[in-house]
Amino acid sequence: MKNLRTWSSRSVLGLMAASIIVLIFLAAGPRAAFLLAVGLGFGLVLEGFRFGFAGPWRVFVTERDGRGLLAQFLAIALTVIVAFPLLSRFPGELTGAYAPVGLAMIVAAFVFGVAMQLVMGCGSGTLVNAGSGNLVSFLALLGFIAGSFWGSLHISWWTSIGSLPTYSLQDLLGATGGMWVTLGGLGVLSLIAMSKAEYGKRKPPPRLLWAALFLAVLSILNLVIAGQPWGVVYGLGLWGAKLAQAGGMDVAVTGFWSSAAHAERLQQSLLTDVTSLTNIGIITGAFVVMGWRRGHQPQAVNLNLASWVVVLLAGIVLGYSARVAFGCNVGAYFSGISTGSLHGWAWFVAAFSGSIVGIKLRPLVIRPSVSVNPVLQTGIP
Amino acid sequence: MQLKLPSRTVVGFITLLFFAALVTIDLALSSPIDPYLAPYPTALGSGQIPSGAHCTDISGLD
Repeated sequence: MKNLRTWSSRSVLGLMAASIIVLIFLAAGPRAAFLLAVGLGFGLVLEGFRFGFAGPWRVFVTERDGRGLLAQFLAIALTVIVAFPLLSRFPGELTGAYAPVGLAMIVAAFVFGVAMQLVMGCGSGTLVNAGSGNLVSFLALLGFIAGSFWGSLHISWWTSIGSLPTYSLQDLLGATGGMWVTLGGLGVLSLIAMSKAEYGKRKPPPRLLWAALFLAVLSILNLVIAGQPWGVVYGLGLWGAKLAQAGGMDVAVTGFWSSAAHAERLQQSLLTDVTSLTNIGIITGAFVVMGWRRGHQPQAVNLNLASWVVVLLAGIVLGYSARVAFGCNVGAYFSGISTGSLHGWAWFVAAFSGSIVGIKLRPLVIRPSVSVNPVLQTGIP
Repeated sequence: MQLKLPSRTVVGFITLLFFAALVTIDLALSSPIDPYLAPYPTALGSGQIPSGAHCTDISGLD
């Protein structure tokens, strides 16, 4: 009887996911449906294989465990091998995640690193954890949406403080040279991670290796279908802008949202926005995995009231800083580096440094009142 | 002060409902989608410059 109930609830989950894809196909066409399916894939892989970004950074610093970090480098490297030739061969149809390195961008990436350790989730991790029912992440996600929109209102000013022109490794070294330098850089980072990691914590387990492979495939599909790499933050800022507009704010007259590209996104449905579609897919995919394997589980941690407020504020900071830094762990770190943007490297160094501060800060400002289920405390970060 | 928390399933449902509400509000306020004007299924092979916005997009910055 229990097996029948499990089979039945899993069938409902599968049907739900398939129905959403079909509905999007009917409403917005094949490209939108494909992108939602890719997002669903991201959610299934991230939650199903417990692949994260913030968590591996944390355990690398606190436990000298380099396995998750190495899996990230592998996923990026696999993407590089396909993305660089594609971008070089089809420059009129595909573009990379290129943004300028700037003073505000670097500081914002550092602040993002701090905040992501406070809420134990980065851009994708917040989406995944909210979809899989983590209340901390749901609250952080609401803050992320608000902060990302808020940041979009000030991004011109922040960028005017001082920015270099937008450079890509392809511009500087050519497509082949840029690819080898990127792979070499990831190799050097991997060697550093392996040398710092404890013995026995240097080789990613098969679960993470498979996840890295699947993430690389999905990110290439994202590039091929959308014409641009995987991103998260733009969609969240757009949701904030849409909600502000629904609340009566004239968003279209603000500097950022009045430019042609953003004004069009503001006017058109979310179901035609690339990043919104993959974000919704990620949340749905994580929900499917949670329902598939967990059933009714309690929250991993309970916090005191002050800590819940800190989580919401940290979520706002997460969104604001991600907007000013031209992306989060996905748009800047994963997609920036894997498509040759110099700002991706600068983002990684700054955010990792901020992460070290965030790890130290977290126990001072986030205080669990009771550990409800210690087994579940390792969410997808 | 300790709060009694909803289960993960409940929060997962709330998250999905939040986005269902967001999309519904958006559909009511945005320009209607014309599926017959939908873009080519993939950007690769479409012959068109990618037009979707990304977090690294610097258009609109002074």
